[in-house]
Amino acid sequence: MHDVVKTRVNDFAIKLANVNGTGSASANGLLMQAIFRMGIPVCGKNLFPSNIQGLPTWYEIRVNKRGYAARALEYDMMVAMNGQTYDRDIKELRSGGYLLYDSSWPLDPDLLRDDINYFGIPLADMCTKHFGEPRERILMKNIAYAGALCAALDIDMEIVNALLDEKYSKKKAMRDSNSKALLLGYQYAKDHYSCPMPFRLEKMDANSSKILIDGNTATALGCVYAGATVAAWYPITPATSVMDAFKSFCEEYRKDPETGKNNYLILQAEDELAAIGMVIGASWNGARSFTSTAGPGVSLMNELLGLAYYAEIPVVVIDVQRVGPSTGMPTRTQQGDILECAYASHGDTKHILLFPANPNECFHMAIQSFDLAEQFQTPVMMLSDLDIGMNDWVVPRLEWDNSYRPNRGRVLDSEGLAKIAKFQRYNNEDENFVPARTLPGVDSKGAYFVRGSGHNKNGVYTEIPAEYQEVMDRLLKKHSAAAKFVPAPLIEKREGAKFGIISIGGCDPAVREAQDVLDAQGVPADYMRIRGFPFPESVEEFLAAHPVTFIVEQNRDAQLKSLLTLETGIAKDKMKSLLFYSGFPLSSGHLVEEILKEIA
Amino acid sequence: MPSITKPIAAHPTALRNALGLTIRDYEGSMSTLCAGCGHDSITAAIIRAVWEQSIPPHLVAKLSGIGCSSKTPTYFVGGAHGFNSAHGRMPAIAAGAIAANRDLTYIGVSGDGDSLSIGLGQLCHAIRRNLHMIYVLENNGVYGLTKGQFSASADMGSKSKRGEVNRMAPIDPVRLALTLGATFVARSFSGDKEQLVPILRAAIAHRGFALIDVVSPCVTFNDHPGSTKSYLHTRRFSQHMIEADYVPKAEEIVANITSAGTTAVKMHDGSTVLFRSVPKDYDPTDRAKVSAYLDQNQNEGQILTGLLYIESDSVDLHQANDTSETPLRDLPYEKLCPGADALNALQDEYR
Repeated sequence: MHDVVKTRVNDFAIKLANVNGTGSASANGLLMQAIFRMGIPVCGKNLFPSNIQGLPTWYEIRVNKRGYAARALEYDMMVAMNGQTYDRDIKELRSGGYLLYDSSWPLDPDLLRDDINYFGIPLADMCTKHFGEPRERILMKNIAYAGALCAALDIDMEIVNALLDEKYSKKKAMRDSNSKALLLGYQYAKDHYSCPMPFRLEKMDANSSKILIDGNTATALGCVYAGATVAAWYPITPATSVMDAFKSFCEEYRKDPETGKNNYLILQAEDELAAIGMVIGASWNGARSFTSTAGPGVSLMNELLGLAYYAEIPVVVIDVQRVGPSTGMPTRTQQGDILECAYASHGDTKHILLFPANPNECFHMAIQSFDLAEQFQTPVMMLSDLDIGMNDWVVPRLEWDNSYRPNRGRVLDSEGLAKIAKFQRYNNEDENFVPARTLPGVDSKGAYFVRGSGHNKNGVYTEIPAEYQEVMDRLLKKHSAAAKFVPAPLIEKREGAKFGIISIGGCDPAVREAQDVLDAQGVPADYMRIRGFPFPESVEEFLAAHPVTFIVEQNRDAQLKSLLTLETGIAKDKMKSLLFYSGFPLSSGHLVEEILKEIA
Repeated sequence: MPSITKPIAAHPTALRNALGLTIRDYEGSMSTLCAGCGHDSITAAIIRAVWEQSIPPHLVAKLSGIGCSSKTPTYFVGGAHGFNSAHGRMPAIAAGAIAANRDLTYIGVSGDGDSLSIGLGQLCHAIRRNLHMIYVLENNGVYGLTKGQFSASADMGSKSKRGEVNRMAPIDPVRLALTLGATFVARSFSGDKEQLVPILRAAIAHRGFALIDVVSPCVTFNDHPGSTKSYLHTRRFSQHMIEADYVPKAEEIVANITSAGTTAVKMHDGSTVLFRSVPKDYDPTDRAKVSAYLDQNQNEGQILTGLLYIESDSVDLHQANDTSETPLRDLPYEKLCPGADALNALQDEYR
């Protein structure tokens, strides 16, 4: 046995290597949630395959008292439950780390290393002995290793028991099995090892105003609070849970207390071509409507996004990005849809994009997406990703101001129509180049024909060059005007910074941590996180103010950098790309190493 | 699409409907289709049917895809909002629109290219959802705007204007719709307004998806010898299989119901569809019998027309989803937002 040199409290990472479909998610989630309830900053990343059963899956838990929430690259503890990946997993354990393995069998040669500690628990033996059903024997092995980890890491058993009580309040048999398995693992570890181990947990109070939530759930909640009534979608990983959550929130909050009827309608479309069409139809008709999808779905929606852009119909698209191109790696994360979404469709089109970085922003930006879509009468796409959408994040509690009212944009009712001589759809724009629209079913005076074909400012079909161009020019000005209304970039300056870092979305925790690490090494950097497109003026100012800015993003082709080059006046040699597109969430380690190399 | 505005000026003695409106109040812009196009006759039938049903123009919503047929919503009910969408995508746009506001009368116009090729999937799913709308499929067997390619409804052996022979089996929207569970299926001919107008009125009264396949000859690209969608061919082979009248709620049923197999179908709005004459053993409310009859008789090259099938008590999209009777788009925000307290309470579960 090797000893870890010194005790580390609330600062370590563990990785759990499992077989997909064996019930490990529930044990891993339990550990994560228990640590959260101990008041300790924690982050969990589920690295799972596109598979229902049998392929390797991993879960990583990083505990960090300073609140760094990016992925770790080195692990203090490896829970090796999957023979298929022993050889890979063992390499990721740092020297002096602990390997938890099932000691029911002799140690696999693949797991042999002379610089680590072995933490064997006879999981299969104890579960075979104590449980009868074959499926239960498999499931409870996971809870048993969770019990062993509770002993090793000093996880508060009272909290774990409370969590099991909540989870299985209506399933006593499950509750009992879980308790039994948990205790088996816990007791064995206590009896055979020196627990807690040198890296362990101590209660803190960092989470009293925090929640543990995934981005897709928060997004769905945002759609409920925005007042969306019509949702259309086609099932796709990793966006499916947006609509699952929207449905369950609607069942809870949208059953009319007086009539018992549903104050929402969710349409599961035949494909994404239809899903976006449904959103357009509902929005045209005055309902707040949205779709949730991923990159392949956005590809299919391109045609009608152009129609919505040109005919000026509000549309909200939630794009939970995954790895492309084509089917790519559907259960892995990427920021690969930036350019696709910015200019989606044929002809000259430009869209409003919002980039949340965590579930809290998913909630607020979902609401803002609806406000912007209706204010500007155009598609708005919120680009989340698999990491944000499907992993549980510790974020500040969601605040709600009851005085919020949706910005429905310029809509003329009968009263408004009575005040004008003649309604012309694309005439009389406001200071943001947005004309007033009318809704079907209200007043014949407001009747007009929506068309994707060439039209003049009166909404009438045209093939006259000047008339066509007049509308297209206004649309460009309208898009630019939205720069003042999208969420402003967040800037974190550092004294003596010699260069800048620009990033987006889920890269945020890694960049913030890297900024601190660099600062500590005497390499201060300013950081700007872009949150919306069209880019507000401050983006160009930030780029201009730094001799060089690193553009950090998760795709191969530097899509954010391309967009910055196309849409700002900054020369592209002032920007250096740092690109990560393996499919796994970013770690600060990646960044620090690359930046130090670049500036050396 | 190009259009020419028509002056609205009704003759003082013109007939008025229950709303006091003349048929001119239900017209739209001047058609820019070819002279003699079957689609213009269908437009005229739609105008008459909506007028006769006394639907306020602003409570109509018109939707279409792309193609000659899809241009026509500009030509009727000018007081209604219209949506000329994208090729084959009208059913989805209609689904969303209907989801948002269940109270309007939705009239979708499409063609055989729009509905049976690029939009076949969307048509099928609109039928499955039983969207409460009228879906007029103006069927000419040819792509007009791109100058004469066969469409998916072109009959086997039918000749194009350039002399090519179609070797692929046609997609028959009527039999397709019956298979998919359509709740109102009709076929008519653009040149037969006497038959088409009552079918359209019954379709308006139907709560659910009303598919009306209307053979509508293309005078420019598909009206030659050898075409099976020409005026001549359609006149020769079309056969009124079923004679049906639409009887509004207020009117007394005076027709003489004596012939065998005659059926009166009560619509949910209180009106009646009266089947005056149907073939022996044919029951327009029995899907299996209708399908069997069409299978046996249509293959003879006959074009069987009439209101072929009706399921008047069908469950539409909103009924199936138990949606609010108040249109969703009219629900006040206060009813939709759970508020700060609910959000606080909910978040205790995320700890």
